[in-house]
Amino acid sequence: MKSLREEFLRTNKLPHIWCPGCGNGIVTAALVRAIGKVGFEQKDVAVVSGIGCSSRAAGYLNFNTLHTTHGRALAFATGLKLAQPGLKVFVVMGDGDATAIGGNHFIHAARRNIDLNAIIINNHIYGMTGGQHSPLTPEGKKATTAPEGTLEREFNILELAVSAGATYGARGTAAQPRLLEKLIVGASQNEGFSVVEAMSTCPVSYGRRNRLGSAVDMLKDIKQRSVSVEKLETKAETTRPRRDIAEEGAEEEGETHDKQEEVIPVGVIFSRPAPEFVERYYRGLNKEKEGKEGKEEKEGQVES
Amino acid sequence: MKYRKPQLLQGNEACVEGALDAGVRFFAGYPITPSTEIAEGMARKLPRVGGVFIQMEDEIAGMAAVIGAAVGGKKSLTATSGPGFSLKQENIGYAAIAEIPCVIVNVQRFGPSTGIPTAPAQGEVMQARWGTHGDRPIIALSPSSVYETYYLTTAAVNFSQKFRTPVILLLDEVVGHMREKVSLPASGRLMVEKQNYSDIKEYKPFDERKLPPLVPFGEGVYYHITGLVHDEHGFPTRHPEVVVRFMERLHRKINHHRKEIIMTDYTGHVEPKVCIITYGCTVRSARAALQKAYLQKRWPVSLLNLQTLWPFPAEEVKRLADRCDYLLVPEMNMGQIVGEVEKYAHGKAEVLGINRYDGDMITPGQIFQHIEGCFS
Repeated sequence: MKSLREEFLRTNKLPHIWCPGCGNGIVTAALVRAIGKVGFEQKDVAVVSGIGCSSRAAGYLNFNTLHTTHGRALAFATGLKLAQPGLKVFVVMGDGDATAIGGNHFIHAARRNIDLNAIIINNHIYGMTGGQHSPLTPEGKKATTAPEGTLEREFNILELAVSAGATYGARGTAAQPRLLEKLIVGASQNEGFSVVEAMSTCPVSYGRRNRLGSAVDMLKDIKQRSVSVEKLETKAETTRPRRDIAEEGAEEEGETHDKQEEVIPVGVIFSRPAPEFVERYYRGLNKEKEGKEGKEEKEGQVES
Repeated sequence: MKYRKPQLLQGNEACVEGALDAGVRFFAGYPITPSTEIAEGMARKLPRVGGVFIQMEDEIAGMAAVIGAAVGGKKSLTATSGPGFSLKQENIGYAAIAEIPCVIVNVQRFGPSTGIPTAPAQGEVMQARWGTHGDRPIIALSPSSVYETYYLTTAAVNFSQKFRTPVILLLDEVVGHMREKVSLPASGRLMVEKQNYSDIKEYKPFDERKLPPLVPFGEGVYYHITGLVHDEHGFPTRHPEVVVRFMERLHRKINHHRKEIIMTDYTGHVEPKVCIITYGCTVRSARAALQKAYLQKRWPVSLLNLQTLWPFPAEEVKRLADRCDYLLVPEMNMGQIVGEVEKYAHGKAEVLGINRYDGDMITPGQIFQHIEGCFS
């Protein structure tokens, strides 16, 4: 693909650590192309990541990169953005990283509407630790910590984000890298908290256990189930996966693959500009400075 | 030196003043008694100097944001108490391994867990040293008065910058909330560590020989920061030789500067038979006991105030152990620093702990009683 700029990659750090068939590389490449496309200067870009397979992406990107602790990437990024408001900050996280251990930081970053671009690579599983269920593992799917299938219901990240106050939310997939790139560009252009959920594949720790076939099968499946939000009729359908289809599909043939289980609404799910936090903070700061200058002199009285 | 007008300040307020004078321009934290006045003071004063204050969603986020801001080039500080200090540990470890300068103020209260909110105690001496997982060095300072709080806060900020490490300031509830009259130095009169990163062409953030200041993100130097063990450019490695060099350097950068970092305050007899070794608010009771024993009774007694707790003032204790018969170690816990004193006294002097753990201060009488016991 033409727009992949090599200077944005640390090619000497390749090959990457990801397994064959992993979707992380596709998402990372889409991110790199998006940054090139939107025209940010290299020195103005910072990539912050948490812990997990997806978060290793930061190490391969030739920007200022901060690989933090599990779940806390958004909190680190909040400090960084406040200290250097000129930076364009991308925060790469996995599903467990962003919504389980980092769930609190996620909703509060959204609530503040701080100008961060959260890229959540959702492969429905904790991959690095070998396949435990995450808050985004679909109900009923198997994991090492849910051998009979998880009883827990999954989050809908974008519904969560919109309720918490995020101002841009989009869903793309590793099966449609061009669209994903476009959505990340959209996130970069939004002044406020943006979330891009990138549906991805973990054939090793998720696919195999749930008999979803090869990496290619999994990508094909994602692609088949993806429906552009513009084609979905009502707004409710764009944010909530359609369970009814899943149930119908399962009854029909008793297939173990469950391929037709859900429609994946892709595209810009919501975009609703609102005042951005850091900009407001600094605007207030300048006002405060002007107001307090007189007072400051008084306080600084000096005695020898 | 020029001084400001005398003020009646709380320890927590003095901490705010010290931090601002040392150049702190970022604070992130979460409300918790008895440290909240530090956050409140920062919320009021930081905007006036163009700094950033943010109240985060939890203690962990407070620590994370402080590290993030430090990476962005701001001198950063957070403040918390017991339970919050526990929550911050993982990210303190991150700051240690990634070598990010920051200051963590822990105004100690009675624990474990919620304990007695918010009775004084000195229970986090060992947590300051070993609270995070893994081996890492740490600098921890503990003031005994309002002025010392001001002074040690500035020292903490300076150490954090110079050695690119988290520095822990261990206040206790008594020192944090106590009010004293202090004259602080006029602004611009302090020694403040300055960042100088002019030569960034061949920049290595984790240099083998020297420790360059971090070039803030956004300056066009593309390095990697990680909590993984890393090489000189910040990239993960598990090569045994590199790992050993890394771990040794991490410890060496503190241990080779013990002389500069270790601050103690010695008062009393020059050839003592009994020496009281203590820190924080307990120094105040010890001082009163010393007054009675040394100035009134004329007994050869002295007091060593450990302003630096970590790295531990081992040489000072060794020297005292050589000269004294008894080392008394009063502390408001069930015995923490006393173990270190025993270690370095090495049997040369008898080490006696004086402990109180009912949520109240150790009294001068309690310490005097022990001194008296040594002379009878």
